[in-house]
Amino acid sequence: MKKTLTIYGMIAAFVCAWVIVAEAQSPKGKPGTFALTNATVETVTKGTIANGTVIISNGKITAVGTNIQVPAGAEVINCNGKKIYPGMIDTGTKLGLLEIGQIPQATDERELGEIIPQMRAMTAVNPNATAIPVTRIAGVTTALVLPEGGLLPGTAALLNLHGYTPDQMYAGMEGVVLNFPNTGRRGFGDRRTEDELKKAAEKALATLNEVWDKAIQYHKLDSATGGKGVAYYPEMQAMVPVIRGERMLLIEVNAQKDIQAALKWVKEKKVKKVAFMGVAEGWREAENIAKANIPVIAGPVIAIPTREYDRYDAQYANPGLLRQAGVKVAIRSNEEGNGNYRNLPYHAGFATAYGMPREEALKAITIVPAEILGVADKLGSIEVGKTANLFVCDGDIFETKTQVSHVFIDGWMIPMQSRQTLLYEEFLKREPGLTKH
Amino acid sequence: MKTIRIILTLLAVLGLGQAVWAQAEKGTVLIKNGTVLTVTKGTLTETDVLIREGKIVQIGKGIAAPQGVNVIDATGLYVMPGIIDAHSHIALDQINEGTNSITPEVNTGDALNPFEVEIYRALAGGCTVSHALHGSANSIGGQSQTIKHRWGTYDPNALKMEGAPRTIKFALGENPTGHGRRDGTQPQTRMGVEFVIRKAFSEAREYMAKWDAYNKAKAVKGFRGAPPAYSLRMETLADILKGNIIVHCHSYRADEIQMLLRVCKDFGVTKVVFQHTNEGFKVAPEIAAAGAMASVFSDWWQYKLEVYYSTAYNAAILARNGVVTSINSDSPDLIRHLYHEAGKTQKYGGLSDDEALALITINPAKQLGVESRLGSLEVGKDGDVAIFKNHPLSIYGVPQYTLVDGIVRFDRAKDAADQRLMVDPKQTVDVTMYENGHGYDFCMSGAEFLFEEESKENK
Repeated sequence: MKKTLTIYGMIAAFVCAWVIVAEAQSPKGKPGTFALTNATVETVTKGTIANGTVIISNGKITAVGTNIQVPAGAEVINCNGKKIYPGMIDTGTKLGLLEIGQIPQATDERELGEIIPQMRAMTAVNPNATAIPVTRIAGVTTALVLPEGGLLPGTAALLNLHGYTPDQMYAGMEGVVLNFPNTGRRGFGDRRTEDELKKAAEKALATLNEVWDKAIQYHKLDSATGGKGVAYYPEMQAMVPVIRGERMLLIEVNAQKDIQAALKWVKEKKVKKVAFMGVAEGWREAENIAKANIPVIAGPVIAIPTREYDRYDAQYANPGLLRQAGVKVAIRSNEEGNGNYRNLPYHAGFATAYGMPREEALKAITIVPAEILGVADKLGSIEVGKTANLFVCDGDIFETKTQVSHVFIDGWMIPMQSRQTLLYEEFLKREPGLTKH
Repeated sequence: MKTIRIILTLLAVLGLGQAVWAQAEKGTVLIKNGTVLTVTKGTLTETDVLIREGKIVQIGKGIAAPQGVNVIDATGLYVMPGIIDAHSHIALDQINEGTNSITPEVNTGDALNPFEVEIYRALAGGCTVSHALHGSANSIGGQSQTIKHRWGTYDPNALKMEGAPRTIKFALGENPTGHGRRDGTQPQTRMGVEFVIRKAFSEAREYMAKWDAYNKAKAVKGFRGAPPAYSLRMETLADILKGNIIVHCHSYRADEIQMLLRVCKDFGVTKVVFQHTNEGFKVAPEIAAAGAMASVFSDWWQYKLEVYYSTAYNAAILARNGVVTSINSDSPDLIRHLYHEAGKTQKYGGLSDDEALALITINPAKQLGVESRLGSLEVGKDGDVAIFKNHPLSIYGVPQYTLVDGIVRFDRAKDAADQRLMVDPKQTVDVTMYENGHGYDFCMSGAEFLFEEESKENK
């Protein structure tokens, strides 16, 4: 008997050890019912709740407030002294498309072709990209993944940063990207003359108009024939939902002249669902953007001014100035290339330090992008019935030193681990150190 | 002594000494009642800092303003040492020589551009001093110049920090090997990088031996013979071997960092600072044991293969293992908010305020060999100061004044939109650029013909 017990004990110990080891090597997300208690809840849409409780069940937020009954069987996480925020939404990323810069085999954001709206980010997103855990454990739970390249480089997708297939990650929104014809230089390496830039922009606008007119014809034909009388034309098929206002047109536009031209173009073409992205010189046209009632996704905020003669803080101040003029403003990090979408709250923080009210800046990375992208019924705030995308941290999330302790995506508790944290654990006190013996 | 000073003052007043004085304009100012973050001697509340003729002469409470001296009211503000960037390419017209794997004969001090508005923008981020580094296209690049951000001067030489030790840029890994592959020259591998550096050092040793023999022979009466051929390249390499130049080595991977440590050990080179050092965390004990230092990004990764296995905890791991570590910019954007970059080490590794601030003040000062003059607020040091609204490590920290040698070079209240010293007549007004410059290191600037896609030029 005694011997049997020992054997059972050994088996139990072995199983436990195995489970612990397995968890330590690749912890998994965990579903369930969670009660986050004693927290300061920044709901974003319904004020701040002191000493509040948030209940998560079946992927949704099921209760928010004080005096909330903790359901039986819920895992209770005491958030005393901590804050709960809705998951942040970064509307400018290449997450899952770009694994390593400068390595063509490890980048999938840029397909060949000027007019290729049918290229879908959803297709090429790698759910196991190294940057995804790096980003989500900072509290960024949702990302707009953007293809890049020519005039119409593809269709972007909004993804929640947890899941093993793109479908599991899909956050309910896709949008066609338009790089509006550009009279500015693309960057330091763009050495075209002003004349060349102008001609290129004119040509691109002519192409765009041609594509747009063709898409309208295609839409009419498609409608008239119930979809039966049209030939295979993938570019146009991708444009039709935009023409019909079923899908958003995400217009990347930055220089003042281009913003003016884009405002005119959107009005002329009566584009139904539209947002501007980037909008680096938006502050120069803030009144007109507000008048046109077009929402913007501004950023990067932590960036140098577009012109040599601009104030040094032009980009820091841009979101605040746009908001002040009455524009609906989301903030994106656009920290592509260096993989630092985790810095999204700092872009909002800089906007705050340079003039945007703090609550507006917080909205600009939570509820406002959700509203702009048409998913505010599910994302962007802590409200009953919404998707349980939220995180717990020990202070103001804009503050650099604030530590995020728990992240929930679609109600799954996310392991607080990325390759960067694993390297920290391994190398803070490396073994062996200087000598092996 | 007093007489000499009076004569000098008279000369200055008469304008005779102007040429000399213009190069290092110095100011006198009293900063009143701030929270003084000395970095090395703790934090002092409601404290004054008196700077006289460019030097800190007194730190304490209730210092009376000498007659006629400007006073900055720092009540409610934070006063810290001017931020130092150990890796920058601003204020440079050229960055890469790159015509040979070994070009120590060139010096970025010969390519300074005092008109670059990025100098002013760096000041607007509290940064007073930067290391104008040569690029990383070749294994042994050019000598580099430590500059003070004396915005307003038209004289390139006035940017140079007088008395700063000589430094030189080395580069390992993808940049020099990529350059070699495209040029069809060595090095094309990390093996080749080690070889070209060893070869250069070995040739310099031979060169030194030849000159030593010649000088010895020359001292003997009746010597007849020609001196060895003079080479500035070899002279510079010899100065590295003699310890007269600090090596700043662009590096990413742990293996190449160890390689350079071995080479330096073999040749007796002890003054080594690794730049970028993204995998420094893997060999932190080795770097510390060698007495080498590390200058790193706060969180950059993913922009190329050799930074793929990075961690934002790098600076903290290096610091905790005893490596003198700094956080640098390598970017005209990051140089404007190094205080924020340093703050990230509190998220990634839990560094204290003083430890985090040291990464952008006293530690880079040590790496540039100027710690006796810069990097902390102490009596006797240069009057380089940044004054912040809110703590500089807070996201809400906003620089209000930046002083270089006691002269206010940035004042947020007086900041005008257009700060250019000179308008480039070729520049068309409405052409704009937009990118944040993140996503690659700027070290290959000037060598961008190597990249068709990712080309970027140094304006």
